[in-house]
Amino acid sequence: MSDLLSIEGLGISFGGLKAVNDVSFRVRPGEIVSVIGPNGAGKTTLFNMISGVYLPGAGRVMLDGADVTGMEPHLLARRGMSRTFQNLQIFQSMTVLENVITGYHLQEKGPVVADILGLPSSRRRARKAMAGARELLERVGLTRAAEREAGNLSYGSLKRLEIARALALDPKVLLLDEPAAGCNAVETEEIDHLIAEVAASGVAILLVEHDMKMVMRISNHIVVLDHGEKIAEGDPATVSQNPAVIAAYLGAENAHG
Amino acid sequence: MSELLQFLFSGITVGAVYALVALGFTIIYNASDVVNFAQGEFVMLGGMITWFAHAQGLPLPLAALIAIAATAALGVAMNKLMIEPARGAPVVSLIIITIGASIFIQGAAQLVFDKQIHSFPAFSGDDPIRIGGATILPQSLWVIGGALVVFLALWLFFTRTLLGRAVLATSNNRLAAQLVGINTNFVMTLSFALSAAIGALAGVLATPITLTAYSVGIGFALKGFAGAMLGGMGNPKGALVGGFLIGLFEAMTAGYLSSQYKDAAAFIVILAVLFFMPQGLFGRKSTDRV
Repeated sequence: MSDLLSIEGLGISFGGLKAVNDVSFRVRPGEIVSVIGPNGAGKTTLFNMISGVYLPGAGRVMLDGADVTGMEPHLLARRGMSRTFQNLQIFQSMTVLENVITGYHLQEKGPVVADILGLPSSRRRARKAMAGARELLERVGLTRAAEREAGNLSYGSLKRLEIARALALDPKVLLLDEPAAGCNAVETEEIDHLIAEVAASGVAILLVEHDMKMVMRISNHIVVLDHGEKIAEGDPATVSQNPAVIAAYLGAENAHG
Repeated sequence: MSELLQFLFSGITVGAVYALVALGFTIIYNASDVVNFAQGEFVMLGGMITWFAHAQGLPLPLAALIAIAATAALGVAMNKLMIEPARGAPVVSLIIITIGASIFIQGAAQLVFDKQIHSFPAFSGDDPIRIGGATILPQSLWVIGGALVVFLALWLFFTRTLLGRAVLATSNNRLAAQLVGINTNFVMTLSFALSAAIGALAGVLATPITLTAYSVGIGFALKGFAGAMLGGMGNPKGALVGGFLIGLFEAMTAGYLSSQYKDAAAFIVILAVLFFMPQGLFGRKSTDRV
């Protein structure tokens, strides 16, 4: 099958420091690719370039065969790229349900006049979005929190809310930045299942995650970054045996105790 | 008693104008957290352009329509030329830019039009309507009706339409809004157009009562701002109630104290709100997650 997302020689510098340098890899439909590496390896920076938050200094991002390098996030969203953030980007003062409904922004679009007058077509769209949003909340286990203000949720719940909102866009490519951070073991396992399920439906998933057990368990393919460079890639078994990876990543982790 | 009623009527009339200005503040604030101090100039332009077009021989409704459309276009230009290029600047800088825009528009109006005081005929004549010993002008009813209609339309827009929700989403979290596919630049442009059109409408409705000149904008801006603050920034209901309360407070001050202190009323309200309830009557407490 052809690549859904292909990263070609991507790089960026901040004040002379190469935060990410010449990174290439690709993600196929239904595949889960994880980007790992020690803190400061450039994982989130890489994500920010792919999702249009930063303009890459070098290289290309290809989405479904089209060059989308440096395209603004809202246009990427329209082309089927959706993402979550390590430090959460939630509509804090909306309810949980409203957050997810906002994710239906693109699919639900109709004439403003129809909405104001409350025409049947508009109500039908709103009902559809509402039903879809409730279903997604059930999938991520937030049904009971639906009417609560998002700002009052626990960190782990917000993580799942962000995933639900990202899924509301019905993405072709889903970028998840540390989806399990701050979640307990049970929640992590739930997120595991959720990600596997989404991938099984044909979505290409790119994942940054610190929880190594989770990464090893669900990834098809792992890309290892260190100091902004790709030092290894392959399936979980290969990568975990790679001496360079052990030195850079696991070694560094052990050294910190 | 009839005296009190008279003050009430005049308070509600100016209050409706302030409510319209406050609603204009609300829209831009909702989209961007920016308090647009050029909002008063939109009111001025609404009145001045209508006067000018009417004086050129155009029928009043057409003149008013032109004024509202032209002011909306100016609002869009202001966003494109002044606010958008400064995207990413702190909100305070953007607010200062709007003050600059306000001074610029005022100066330009002085050059393009003149420095005289102008008016145009009231829409439904000048015969006062008698109610319980007091009188109210038909034009006052136009102003009050205008404020209520705009409020209702905005309320429907923000609660019912997807676009309205996109505006709220943009103010709530711009990056998250972009992530779900909202074109936040378009939302900003739309907000400025709407705000400017509402401001101009206020000018069109109020001018037969309050008269207009190139310099009236600042007064409207400050009092509308006081109303928006009192009601709670960003809340359409708050803007409506706050605007009317400022108008009433002003009319009572003028009636029972001295009309010299009339303009001080709004400032006292601003100070009192800032000291005692910064979130206003209907505002939410803001809680930032760290």
